[in-house]
Amino acid sequence: MSQGDLLHVVTADDISDSRKLFGRAIVWGSALVVALVAAAQTAQHAGLMEFGFSNWRPTLFAYILWSICLCWSQVLIRGEHGKRTLFVLPAALFVVSLTVFPILFGLIIAFSSWNLASPLGRQFNGLDNVRQMWSDPFYWNALRNMVWYSLAILVEYAVAFGLALLLNAEIRARKFFRVAFLLPLMLSPVAVSWMIGKSMLEIRFGPIARFARWIGWDSPSFFGSPEIARATIMLLDAWTFIPFMMIMILAGLQAIPKELTEAARVDGAGPWKTFWEITFPLMLPVSVTAILIRIIFKLKLADIVINLTAGGPGGATDTVTSFIFREYRDRSNVGYGTLLAMVYLVIIIITMTILMKVADRFARPRT
Amino acid sequence: MSEAIFRDSEADLAFRTRRLAGKAVIYILLIAWAIVCLFPIYWTATTSFKIAPNVMQGALIPWVDYTPAWLGWRSLGMSPDTIGAESTVRDEFVKRFFNSAITAVASSSIAVVLGSLAAYGLSRFSYKFGFMRNSDISFFFLSQLILPPVVLALPFLVLYKQLALLDTRVGLILLYTLTVLPIVIWIMRDQFESIPTELEEAALVDGLSIWGAFFAIILPIALPGMIAAFILSLVLTWNEYFFAALLTSTHANTLPVMVASQTGSQGINWWAMAALSFAAILPLIVIGVVLERYLIKGMTAGAVK
Repeated sequence: MSQGDLLHVVTADDISDSRKLFGRAIVWGSALVVALVAAAQTAQHAGLMEFGFSNWRPTLFAYILWSICLCWSQVLIRGEHGKRTLFVLPAALFVVSLTVFPILFGLIIAFSSWNLASPLGRQFNGLDNVRQMWSDPFYWNALRNMVWYSLAILVEYAVAFGLALLLNAEIRARKFFRVAFLLPLMLSPVAVSWMIGKSMLEIRFGPIARFARWIGWDSPSFFGSPEIARATIMLLDAWTFIPFMMIMILAGLQAIPKELTEAARVDGAGPWKTFWEITFPLMLPVSVTAILIRIIFKLKLADIVINLTAGGPGGATDTVTSFIFREYRDRSNVGYGTLLAMVYLVIIIITMTILMKVADRFARPRT
Repeated sequence: MSEAIFRDSEADLAFRTRRLAGKAVIYILLIAWAIVCLFPIYWTATTSFKIAPNVMQGALIPWVDYTPAWLGWRSLGMSPDTIGAESTVRDEFVKRFFNSAITAVASSSIAVVLGSLAAYGLSRFSYKFGFMRNSDISFFFLSQLILPPVVLALPFLVLYKQLALLDTRVGLILLYTLTVLPIVIWIMRDQFESIPTELEEAALVDGLSIWGAFFAIILPIALPGMIAAFILSLVLTWNEYFFAALLTSTHANTLPVMVASQTGSQGINWWAMAALSFAAILPLIVIGVVLERYLIKGMTAGAVK
């Protein structure tokens, strides 16, 4: 894409100096407004002067005004080129204001002791939070759980691949099966955690517990021991997200030309061999994409855990997100929670970069 | 004469039975997984019509195992005899339902508008924002997918408190738009790259401006992709729980928060919970069944090159 525009536009832009001047004026003018409003609000916040602001919204509105002026000025100053910028600029401004500022702000919070319940307010405490994290067994436990949860993706992938192969076979009522297989993805994890976790897995009356008793598990308990509880959460999460991988793999399967598999059959390869020699290698790029996206979603896993086990028993099912959620909910500990989240973000970025590099090498078609 | 001249050899016949057996296995597996997928939904739907003894007996099939009752739906104020009467629970439910609907639709719409424009720009023009070129900008947008919600949650909690945006729909809409924007850009970039640039070139030669060409020529072609992106966003935002649980309390609560707040307190009062859960998932089941084509289109964007 860097070789230049795909769409060449030849325009005779004839922009007068006064128009350019006006464009610059509104950007700097509105920036000045933001600065003034922010300064006034900071002054009031620090108790220097009283302006009668009840919250920080005026600064927000000034910022929005500045954003609009910035977009408008692009057209004023740069004409046709500015109009092109206008395609990307709103989205970019939106994302930058909603992620970069909060993350910078979050970094400040992360190194402070800030308990929303205490009247002291925010106090900078240097590396105390890091030290606390270092000796917090529950956080490390949650991180370890995330590794387990992520490893479960391999099993999910195998199941999803199998289902995609089934759907890709010559079958009747394919649309019915496709819709039926897709439905779990549509359900809200919170509803699922009640529907399955709290009622179907209920020890006395739940149908799955009854079934477990019927096949000979005398006293089924799905959240009793740590290992079983973790497996149950994995199964629930897999149930909702297998359709997602299945659909991606199915699309990949359908893109494989029929001639290839037919040629393999003519050459005398059985279905087993055809799969491993033709289908699977061709599916590698799609598989890698599906698994990577699945990992990204898995790292956000929280809803089911929060609603079903609240991390128990003994933190065996805790995810990082649910742990931080409780850290805030139960203890209002914003400073420490934010630091944990930031560390998590750094770990995720490092892991995903390594994974993507490895995947890139792995998925490249071998010639 | 009774012997047929052309007949299948022994080997071919064996092949046919093997094929039939293979078919049978495929169908058994398909039906088994369909049951795995559909049974929880069936269970929830039927449980909402049960009363206490049915639940304890483990009744499964309505009219055979038990006679359906309106108990669960009555507690929600939505059974035939209570639908006309006043019901605080129903009002609460309707309020949450509209909160969910408004936030989901609004944030998906904003995301589709912003995301489509950005994706179109990135697929057609080369930009330079400071050191960032097109591929960097694309990566910047898509990298937001990796950002776990928990990183943003606490800073936003504090920021929203200062901005008086806590417990408002606007606050939720902004965050939801942010979370689905990368997915929309991902889908739409794939869409626009499959549209040949000759179309706009012709339009530009005919005297349309860039934006004119975008609205008149490209938008209609890319519409199915936009619908796909919209529906996928709708599903994700409708089901979102984490931000809603942290950032709302009484006014802007969404349905998942209501469902979650009821689960703990209800005990064995399954019929009411089942009715509530079923009412919460029903819109998405309808969307899933009716618009399945678009959903699949959205999910497979960019997967197959």
